[in-house]
Amino acid sequence: MRAFRAIVAKDLRVELRTLESVPAMALFAVTAFILFRYGLDRENLAGSLAAGVLLVTILFAAVLAINRVFVAEREQGGFEAIRLAPVDGTSLYAAKVVVLIVYLAILELIAVPVFAIFFLDEWSGLGPLCAVLALADLGLAVTGVLVSSIAVSSRSRDLLGPLILLPLAVPLMIAAAGAAAPLLAAGGPEYADFGRWLAVLALYDMTFLLIGYAVYDFLLED
Amino acid sequence: MSTLASFQHGLAETDAIALRGLSHDYGDRPALRDVSICIAPGESLVVLGPNGAGKTTLLRILATLLRPSAGEAEVLGASLPKQAWRARGKIGFLGHEPLLYRELTVAENLAFHARLHGLERGADRARELLEQLGIRGYAGERVGELSAGTRQRAAVCRALLHDPELLLLDEPEAHLDPRAAGLAEPLIGAGAERTRVLVTHDPEAGLAQADAVLLLRRNGSVAHAGPASELSAADLDEAYSR
Repeated sequence: MRAFRAIVAKDLRVELRTLESVPAMALFAVTAFILFRYGLDRENLAGSLAAGVLLVTILFAAVLAINRVFVAEREQGGFEAIRLAPVDGTSLYAAKVVVLIVYLAILELIAVPVFAIFFLDEWSGLGPLCAVLALADLGLAVTGVLVSSIAVSSRSRDLLGPLILLPLAVPLMIAAAGAAAPLLAAGGPEYADFGRWLAVLALYDMTFLLIGYAVYDFLLED
Repeated sequence: MSTLASFQHGLAETDAIALRGLSHDYGDRPALRDVSICIAPGESLVVLGPNGAGKTTLLRILATLLRPSAGEAEVLGASLPKQAWRARGKIGFLGHEPLLYRELTVAENLAFHARLHGLERGADRARELLEQLGIRGYAGERVGELSAGTRQRAAVCRALLHDPELLLLDEPEAHLDPRAAGLAEPLIGAGAERTRVLVTHDPEAGLAQADAVLLLRRNGSVAHAGPASELSAADLDEAYSR
């Protein structure tokens, strides 16, 4: 736990000093909403279209952070420093997952209200939407950290990361959109199949969390 | 068992480092070929050779950062790479990179490393090392804003923070002025009372503090592996001229 806490604290401190990831994610999301608003020429969205716009924007904003999550480790010797210490590799994995979740939570604190102001007539579905976003964030973080660990050693990591991540995120996006669409319905939130989609999201999260836990030490060594 | 006896009889139970037939390739390019040598605890091994001879590769294998392609490596009783976890935490590695985060201050970096190593009195130890290396005044400075020499001194603090049994030093005096090198000497020099592997491009200075020497040729093969006293000028000429 000491290594886990040390890595989380270090990453958040570095982000606070450099502001490299979260501001870029937030700016990207707000810009995307503006583009959707004028591109679609719609003043309000509801149902699956609203869920799609919100979730795809969050996914692409997440890619910005996922691409950078191991850059300091790679360029400033963090991988070596951590491997020289008596530290389990899964501590690094867990710490990076938590850091990404924090980034995504801050992004959503900014992006969801902006999205609601731009597109939603009915805001009562935003409360339960938090549960969908929390599970989607965990899914993006557990897959994103795995993918980033693989891609960071490559010279073309900015290309390779999204190329691996986006196909892996398809089931996550289907489940998150399935859960979010009825919540953003024009006449107010509906809860048909809500629990089923949340269960699918949780299953996705658990699967990739276990894969990460099982393979991360090997990934770190090689 | 003395170093000389180790060379002749192979691995002894007390060896700090024992290498047998160690090789490493980067793809099709061999970097290190068939290296065998044993070092007793407290001894200093100096690794010499021209650029590209595999010196840094050898150091990274000993640091558990790189898997050997062939051969056996035993470091502090741990067989690499399978038992790397047993050696980690006992090794102080000072390579070409300081392994410090540029956006954090020197003190924050050392605190981070102290927590990774589970040190209970990490802050005290860090203060002590910063004082010894004459950079206590830089504790609050960000590493990215330091001169190369000050950054190297901070890296020495990082490498020694957990009081390692084995020091792996890759040109440790790079960027250090004579005064700074003098401050670092008692901590990482021959008098440091630790097992040391020192990579240097200065044979004269290296041999002055060596119990054993490993001389590598440009192709990664071994020109000499044995006591420093047995290394001849002809060996050095041959290794560096090829």
